[in-house]
Amino acid sequence: MSRLRSDRVLSFVLNAAALLCGALVLGIVLFLSIEAAPTIFSGKISAFFTDEKWQPGSERDPQFGIFSMLLASVLITLLAAILAVPVGICGAIFRVFYAPESLAKWQDRFLELLAGIPSVIFGFWGLSVIVPFINRYHPPGQSLLAAGIVLALMILPTIALTTKSALTAISPSLMAGAAALGLSRPAQILQVAIPTARKGIAAGCALGLGRAIGETMAVVMVCGNIAQIPHSVFDPVRPVTSTIALEMGYATAEHKSYLYAAGLVLVLMTALFLLVRIRKGASQW
Amino acid sequence: MVRSKRNGDLYFGIICGLAALCGIGPLLWIVYDLVKLGAGRISPGFFTDAVRESGRAGGIAPVLHSTFLIVLCCLGAAIPPGLGVAFYLTENGENRFRKWLRASVDLLATIPSIVFGLFGMAFFCRFLGLGFSILSGGLTLACMILPVLIRTTVAAVEALPDHLRSSATALGLTKTTILLRVLLPGATPGIVIGITIGTARALSETAALIFTSGYATRTPDSLLDSGRSISVHIYDLAMNIPNGAQGASASALVLLIALLLINFLTNFFSELWLKNLHSSK
Amino acid sequence: MVESVVITGSTTVAPVVADAAKRFEENNPGIRIDVQTGGSSRGISDAKSGLADLGMVSRHLNTGEEDLSATCIAIDGVGLIVHRQNELKGLTREQVIQLYKKEITNWSGVGGTTGPVTVTNKADGRGTLEVFLAYTGLDSADIKADVIVGGNQQAIKTVAGNPGAIGYVSIGAALSEIENGTPIRLLESDGIPAVPAMVAQGKFPITRPLLLVSGGQNSPLVAEFLSYLQSEETRDIIESHLYVPVAK
Repeated sequence: MSRLRSDRVLSFVLNAAALLCGALVLGIVLFLSIEAAPTIFSGKISAFFTDEKWQPGSERDPQFGIFSMLLASVLITLLAAILAVPVGICGAIFRVFYAPESLAKWQDRFLELLAGIPSVIFGFWGLSVIVPFINRYHPPGQSLLAAGIVLALMILPTIALTTKSALTAISPSLMAGAAALGLSRPAQILQVAIPTARKGIAAGCALGLGRAIGETMAVVMVCGNIAQIPHSVFDPVRPVTSTIALEMGYATAEHKSYLYAAGLVLVLMTALFLLVRIRKGASQW
Repeated sequence: MVRSKRNGDLYFGIICGLAALCGIGPLLWIVYDLVKLGAGRISPGFFTDAVRESGRAGGIAPVLHSTFLIVLCCLGAAIPPGLGVAFYLTENGENRFRKWLRASVDLLATIPSIVFGLFGMAFFCRFLGLGFSILSGGLTLACMILPVLIRTTVAAVEALPDHLRSSATALGLTKTTILLRVLLPGATPGIVIGITIGTARALSETAALIFTSGYATRTPDSLLDSGRSISVHIYDLAMNIPNGAQGASASALVLLIALLLINFLTNFFSELWLKNLHSSK
Repeated sequence: MVESVVITGSTTVAPVVADAAKRFEENNPGIRIDVQTGGSSRGISDAKSGLADLGMVSRHLNTGEEDLSATCIAIDGVGLIVHRQNELKGLTREQVIQLYKKEITNWSGVGGTTGPVTVTNKADGRGTLEVFLAYTGLDSADIKADVIVGGNQQAIKTVAGNPGAIGYVSIGAALSEIENGTPIRLLESDGIPAVPAMVAQGKFPITRPLLLVSGGQNSPLVAEFLSYLQSEETRDIIESHLYVPVAK
């Protein structure tokens, strides 16, 4: 009898944990919505998509257009991915297929360390090294490009380390078979190893992208924070997260509720991104 | 023919090696900058003294104290539900709620940390009335690292050989006994990896804490006191305090060393885990 | 039971108050003073809502805020900064307006060496921005910035890394960084050098009070801390942050 009761307790505990976790997601959306309510229910939220500019502090003409900031979030993330994915995958190939064991161990340690550097430090390094470098050729230097480079460095370890584990998980017999067919080593890697590890690599990239779109403290230092639609990678941009970080502590009343609404839009956007991945069956675990 | 093949291999190797350098070069650069600026500040006193002149002088003892408490709160609040959800998900049987739960864990993993900060401020600080406190910060971080814990635990349980569960069931063990005596011990090294990854994330997080645990530099008396974690300290010194760069670099070095230790532990446990896995198969 | 005072607001005022609070706590065991930063607007709203006993504000009070009682603990100047390589001596108010409205986009237009100007502005809600807007008479929508920054430190680092940049920060913060070798220079404003002495004499055109505001009746402890901040005992702290103490 007591055995059954312990099972019932267990099942209750597990169900409760599951419900709590499920409720957390709803709770986040709910509380962001409550804080954003003054703009949502007054219909002012339409300003997000009808206003052209973001100038909440203007007394003459306050505007709350969010489009350029959503675009900036997407562009920065894409640029970081374009830079980090090939470099990360090639780095992992070097680690798995070329580097001697002793060097490979070091490479792992370094990447793990890179993953642990707090984002503020990346931001300051970007501001004192990358921005002045770009500034020499295309002022002001704070730009989409600078944000992309800094962000790429930040997500590089995630991509390289997950690719590494995906590549090491390939069975040696598969590679041996490819070698027996007379394929050169680059061909073995590109035509056999990478396609086999495709799923793991994609998961790592998605993880990296998830981090990229939410990164705040490093980007706010180097992106220039001008809410505009960029014409080139040298133009400054302002992603949604930067806006929240720059203005949240300083905002009052209506402005504040717009910022919460912006956070909500960001969550909904990542949810959409996720939904697409689930529909494509890419997110199985 | 053979020669060109060998050359191709060489060039490809060089390209990949350069790519590897691309990641490691900037890291060395950053660490070099930190050491150059901050190493001079680090002494035994740096770990035991109070913060003075907003961090431009003195040590970081209260900051370390607060950081420790915040991480403790975070882990204390995240581990039980994290394990609960993971075991719930690895139980047999698939239904709509489980699918939805997996999706929401994925969503939690992609929510920007600053949005967690907004939520924490609205829910823990204001709605629950915890104010700017170590507890608010720890709970906010707990929400943030929950998905990491859940996913690593699920992976650890699923990696256990199938026969473990089936033979335990065949022996007539209750679900509770199977979970506590078979699955949990088997998955422990994997769970520990999840916890160390989560701890590392909590340690280097700034955005979620600024609005929740606040900036106070005093040694906290209780969990309801405000206290700054080491990342917030670095952020404040770097962003707000004139000539704060030296203190920021020194604190960042301390953080990096802590993270190195944590990484070392993670690797230690993951190797242990792999060994266990192979011996049980 | 520990008596405590909660103070929130301006990042410009916070370091001074935090240092003074530490000394006050040492002299008065059993008392705790919590200083949280978050900007002048937050100082005002927290003082109004009673979330904080005192709000820190680094600008003049606006209309609609006069119901708060304010205590000035120091005066700070806001100075225009450029890169050390920029040899320009100073700017008039008119020239500043033209630069920030992008009517002049090259340094040669204000008598400097030829090169494009990078206009650095502060994010909305910052006390420094409001002081700057009050000085220039501009609306924040008029300013066409190339880079927007958060705190003083970000503004200083931005200008230090860009020979064509102009920005504005607390004089105290700028002087302290210059002393430490950061490659920036403070410009004269309307012919007045940006130094604490000129701020103290009331000659420097862009100044602001560093205020502590409260919504209602101050508790005896709060009142005691306020007078402590205005006393000789904290003068050295205020001066160490390169602000100008107010003679009582």
